[in-house]
Amino acid sequence: MNRKLSSILPVALAMAFVAGAYGAETGAYALKDARIVRVSAPVIEHGTVVVRDGLIEAVGENVTVPADAWVIDCKGLTVYPGMIDALSNWGLTNSPPPVAAAAGGRGGRGPVAATVTAPVPATVTVTTTGPARGPEDRPSNVAYSKAADQIFPNDRNIESARNGGYAVAITFPGGNIFAGQGSAISLAGERAGEMVIVPSVGQMITLTNRGFGAGYPGSLMGSIAYVRQIYLDADHYKLAKSIYEKHPQGLPRPAYDRTLEGVLASDRVLLPAERSVEIERMLAFAREMKMNAILYGGHEAWRDIDVLKASNTPVLVSLKYPVKAPDSDPTLEEPLRTLELRDKAPSAAGALAKGGVKFAFYSDGVSTPRDLMRAVKKAIDAGLSQTDAIRALTLSPAEIYGLSDRLGSVDKGKIADLFVADGDIFSGGKVKYVFVDGVKFEPPDEPAGGRGGRGGQGSAQGGPVQ
Amino acid sequence: MRRLAIFVLMSVAAFAADPPVLIQNATILTITNGTVKGSILLQNGKIAAIGDRVMAPPGATVIDGAGKYVMPGIIDCHSHIMAEAINEGSVSVSSMVGIPDVLNPEDIAIYRALAGGVTTANILHGSANSIGGKTIVMKMRWGKDAEEMKFEGAMPGIKFALGENPKRAGNPAGGRGAAPTNARYPATRMGVEDVIREAFNDAVAYKASWDLYRAKTARGEVAIPPARDLKLEPLVEVLEGKRLVHAHCYRQDEILMLLHVADDYGFKIRTLQHVLEGYKVAKEIQERGTGASTFADWWAYKIEANDAIPYNAAILTRKGVLTSLNSDDAELMRHLDKEAAKTVKYGGLTETEALSLITINPAKQLMIDKRVGSLEVGKDADVLLYDGHPLSNFSKVTKVWIDGHEYFDLDQDVEARPKKELEKKALIQKAAAENRSFGGGGGRGAANNTGGEPNAAPQGVPQQ
Repeated sequence: MNRKLSSILPVALAMAFVAGAYGAETGAYALKDARIVRVSAPVIEHGTVVVRDGLIEAVGENVTVPADAWVIDCKGLTVYPGMIDALSNWGLTNSPPPVAAAAGGRGGRGPVAATVTAPVPATVTVTTTGPARGPEDRPSNVAYSKAADQIFPNDRNIESARNGGYAVAITFPGGNIFAGQGSAISLAGERAGEMVIVPSVGQMITLTNRGFGAGYPGSLMGSIAYVRQIYLDADHYKLAKSIYEKHPQGLPRPAYDRTLEGVLASDRVLLPAERSVEIERMLAFAREMKMNAILYGGHEAWRDIDVLKASNTPVLVSLKYPVKAPDSDPTLEEPLRTLELRDKAPSAAGALAKGGVKFAFYSDGVSTPRDLMRAVKKAIDAGLSQTDAIRALTLSPAEIYGLSDRLGSVDKGKIADLFVADGDIFSGGKVKYVFVDGVKFEPPDEPAGGRGGRGGQGSAQGGPVQ
Repeated sequence: MRRLAIFVLMSVAAFAADPPVLIQNATILTITNGTVKGSILLQNGKIAAIGDRVMAPPGATVIDGAGKYVMPGIIDCHSHIMAEAINEGSVSVSSMVGIPDVLNPEDIAIYRALAGGVTTANILHGSANSIGGKTIVMKMRWGKDAEEMKFEGAMPGIKFALGENPKRAGNPAGGRGAAPTNARYPATRMGVEDVIREAFNDAVAYKASWDLYRAKTARGEVAIPPARDLKLEPLVEVLEGKRLVHAHCYRQDEILMLLHVADDYGFKIRTLQHVLEGYKVAKEIQERGTGASTFADWWAYKIEANDAIPYNAAILTRKGVLTSLNSDDAELMRHLDKEAAKTVKYGGLTETEALSLITINPAKQLMIDKRVGSLEVGKDADVLLYDGHPLSNFSKVTKVWIDGHEYFDLDQDVEARPKKELEKKALIQKAAAENRSFGGGGGRGAANNTGGEPNAAPQGVPQQ
């Protein structure tokens, strides 16, 4: 029945009939005669992947195609694990409904115009009365906030990324110093709850300079001191609660603190570190605070391979490379260090791979798959092997977040997140099918005219890292 | 023991990279032991010998110092270089923040300070707060990371500030750093005193809460420990004499106020910074053993800096106050020697006294004088070679050693400039070519990440 349905109706509609546990009864597919880039194991030049009810049922050279499976002939096609955006804001943007074609009077370009419309960010804002006077006011702190609780299944970024081969985003609320808990979410689904793979994978810290007038903290050193105080407070909170639980009579009751609850609930801490100086600073900070740290940014990591390796700290490498600000003073002479940082940013990933440092790519506000792939190719041109590149988009992010038992490679029993391309994706291969939780999607053909849609990149602003 | 042996081996190995340096036939300004015409030997990171004749050890680099001058590395008691944030201006007590958290060992100002002969600097928080952030003493070991540049074992410090800067940040009518909707207490000098007293009242209470907790647990009672407070911990350290106070000030009234507050709470002000009216209250400063770190002739940039005189350093010195000259500025930092020379002209200090203002005196103020500040056998080999007398306008620093390692050489610097220029040009051309191949790259949404250096001192925040 399923087989018949999915052959007639869009898959999304089929899902509407599914009740109960997500992933159940999405039917079976056999991707036959495919080149399979498993990532966890050597490439299978000629094999079959069987997907059933949201999971990978079988993978190998000699797999029997089940009688009830919908067979997809993958001759000349390559199967990859679905890609994972290692630090994202996808799924958290409340995109407005499509604008009517007539609105701008531009004649027949309705759907295109809709993509240009700026999305409404779903960032949680902290409201306090007056500027914060100290860490006790918990300014800019949504440590309790989980991305999983703020998902908009209709966020346009979900479909756009999925069409490029992405199946999962590790998405974070963003926008505050304690930016909240990230969640691993599937980039498909009707209801928010069924999209969540793991609701809390870590706490994201940002150290943006809020400047004067916003209250405490108003400087980089204030932000660092604030984060340090919050972690000390969390330790104390935990201790005070445990002492109180043992001796509730005769002791003052510790006040409930939602931000500290959020800090204590987060197993990993994401720290911003773009330049070498920041990498060394954040490594020292993580050591001091005994944090299970992940660094993000990483464009100058090529200078710090040894210390990163020694500290066993993973790095999330941004796919938004630093560029000269378009409105910068053309007569301003830039320091050699700045020029070098920009020039060598794409080589960071290759250096990390060679140095044996665990790393993954993240979108950092670049939202179109084409631009993301272009940035990955830049890293490949700068010395990253293609094997390491696909790993940094699949299995490595899964490992960094402790999810490699269910995501990141083409292995039996894992979640059926796959994409199928008509060739090597780093050599111009186009994505033909994407499976998310075993549900098949077919990206639309790219509109003629190639780059005509570039105006839509305005929506790249407002990523979790500013 | 084995660990000790390894440590010794490692230390030797670290210095082994630097061959001994023998400077011969030079005029050696020791600062503390007169002037020696002869030789100085730098070995294993230390000054190994000074005298008429010193034998060159095997493998030593021998430099002919004929017509040249040798003096100890300059120590700047007040600098803001290599910090990626200066002020936490949101609150008037910001003792929870610290410069050690935001050091940038790649700040080019470090190299330029080296070129001006500075080998050690006290890196301070800004002056927007009655009680500012934590400070740190750094050696200008250009090329090392932040941890390796820290002056080992130097006492930590904290910045205080009096007068216009901390009070105007709280002025509802505006002024630098003040938004009318976000007026910050205090707005007067009276308020600054109150803020400092309240902070120390809190620190005393905080210390008492820990004492009480310890007493309770010692008696076997169940108790929840106080929460650690990073704002009050440094102030408790001040009360216990474990952290040096460097207080920004100008006027005699505010200077006396702070000295009296410190008397009341039983702590010491280690240095008064700027202290342009210090000459009016030199006796009161001297009586408390407080140091003064001032400018030679920089004033009148605001009302409270108007009643300054170029004789300040000399008068303070003659009155027995431990006095130094500081830069507070990356540019001034490059010619502190010439600032010292001004005190010979104004106030009649001897050449040695003048040079003491930028060497042994700041070393004493920072309590690092056992290691640096003069040329003495056994002290760190932080040494400058000049092509003429350091107090002459026509002299230049030609070489700088720190711990016996050469960190600056004027000839090499000049030689390397064309190569660096070419390197830069090549990068600019490469970027321009890539930009063209992308069709100009205009309108790329992702362009907001410039990768540039962050602004070290945002929004005109007060420093001096």
